[in-house]
Amino acid sequence: MDPILPDIQLIAILPEIILALLACGLFVAESFIQREKKEQLGYYAIGALALTLLSTIPLWGKEISTFSGMVVLDSYALFFKTALILISAIIILMSFEYVKIERINLGEYYGVILFATVGMMLMPSANDLLSFYLSLELMSMSLYVLVAFMRKDPKSVESGIKYFLTGVLASGIILYGIAFLYGTSGTTNLGEISVFIKTQEIGSSPSLIMAFILMITGFGFKIAAVPFHMWAPDVYEGAPTPVTAFLSSGSKVAAFSVMLRVFINSFDLNSGSWWQILWIIAVMTMTLGNLVALTQTKLKRMLAYSSIAHAGYLLMGLIAASQIGYAGIMIYLVGYAFMTLGAFTVIVLLCRKNHRGDQISDLAGVARTNPFVGLTFILFALSLIGIPPTAGFVGKLFLFNAAIQGGFYWLAIIGVLNSTVSLYYYFRVVRVMYMDEPAEDLALSFSPGMKIALGFTAGMTLLLGLYPEPIIRAAIDSVKIFL
Amino acid sequence: MIPLSYYIVVSTTMFVVGLVGILIRKNFLIILFSIELMLNAANINLVAFSHYSGKVDGQVMSIFIIAVAAAEAAIGLAIIIILFRGKATTNVDEMDLMKW
Repeated sequence: MDPILPDIQLIAILPEIILALLACGLFVAESFIQREKKEQLGYYAIGALALTLLSTIPLWGKEISTFSGMVVLDSYALFFKTALILISAIIILMSFEYVKIERINLGEYYGVILFATVGMMLMPSANDLLSFYLSLELMSMSLYVLVAFMRKDPKSVESGIKYFLTGVLASGIILYGIAFLYGTSGTTNLGEISVFIKTQEIGSSPSLIMAFILMITGFGFKIAAVPFHMWAPDVYEGAPTPVTAFLSSGSKVAAFSVMLRVFINSFDLNSGSWWQILWIIAVMTMTLGNLVALTQTKLKRMLAYSSIAHAGYLLMGLIAASQIGYAGIMIYLVGYAFMTLGAFTVIVLLCRKNHRGDQISDLAGVARTNPFVGLTFILFALSLIGIPPTAGFVGKLFLFNAAIQGGFYWLAIIGVLNSTVSLYYYFRVVRVMYMDEPAEDLALSFSPGMKIALGFTAGMTLLLGLYPEPIIRAAIDSVKIFL
Repeated sequence: MIPLSYYIVVSTTMFVVGLVGILIRKNFLIILFSIELMLNAANINLVAFSHYSGKVDGQVMSIFIIAVAAAEAAIGLAIIIILFRGKATTNVDEMDLMKW
């Protein structure tokens, strides 16, 4: 019998507590600040994230399991927490100008971003079906609000409704899968489920298969994998651009981090034939994402399909189900987050008064008038394709390597072919930037925040490509908990 | 004592009714009701499994899910209000500004 008052080590969720309290403080402060000075709250949010980042330092190297095993703190969780804090800070940096131009400079915007970050940070720590579901919902609900934030803009409202409906449907399906998983194993703790599944050898019991199908469907919606991707292009197009960047980086990183923990523990991925379903989804996702991206004329829609394709590459690591595959997912997620954030930063630069600037043709000649922007975009494009020396190359190297070592030769071949296809549509954008005549009234909305965001994402994309040893070592050490 | 399979039949029926409702109904409010049906189907399952396995985890979880469902409905209604202000409709088929 467990003691009545279990020993709760609050230090395990210290960063989340700090961030949640500061986000509440932001909502209080919001009502005392005039409309014109709301960007002070943005600086406050940056400060809150910096403080949260500092508070993770004493946690490095610790292994804590608390709240009756519901929340764990290990190097795997800390790896993702650090990445998510950085992603969130970049999102806020790129929002300063954008919210003024779109007249949504309300303090709540920053507060909701912080709450979404709290949910995302709890996700890689979740070691129980309950804590996993609650953190997923905290993230999703904050994102529903953010997507519909431009409430005077019909497109934003429409994408908010589409995101809400698909998101809630996905949560409902995941929840039903959770119920079956609980029914099969009799516990909600992922560690105990893992032990139960491995010892009982019930890999083919109907309720476990039902749970797997429901979970993969729900997660398919969350990570926008084909055939559950149809919401992504519409939502990405309609949402405020920084929020789109948040959706395609932060929410994808968090969803994959928790997906790894849930799937590896609940379904014995090495045995059985789970990989067949994942294989089909991965191949469909990367092929359809890349092929449809070829035909897009809108930048945000193109990046939406490219982000769908990247979810397909990431699933390769889960199919391989090996140490190198899981480590590959972690490395690729971080690299992908920075390069896609950088590409979205360039789109935010195009946005000015009465001009959304989300067509590929809006980029015409930008590289001629702003050589630095052109160079950084080439860097992001190279990284998204997976050409050295960039972060995307290192991640793809690990994922393809994992697929080949696992004996999935066709998967690796299809992945490489897809990367080649993607070269066309990224470099079509680069061509427009360099070859076309710049528009008469071309002016980029630069601000200090934008410069930092662009410089930081470009720097990280290059750094992770040139000197990837630290992140590789961190990733390989972290995934030992799954083996 | 009622066998476990009865509960599963009820909850599966509710889940399918909710799923079909989301897919074919046009009115946003009806879709919200269908979502509630799906969540409550999971609740029934959790409570039934919890009762038959003699552990309370599932019942605790269902209480959390009820709270989450309330929050979800609040956000859904907020979004439908801003839609109604702009378009004076709750029909989701009229959301056709963006198509591929």
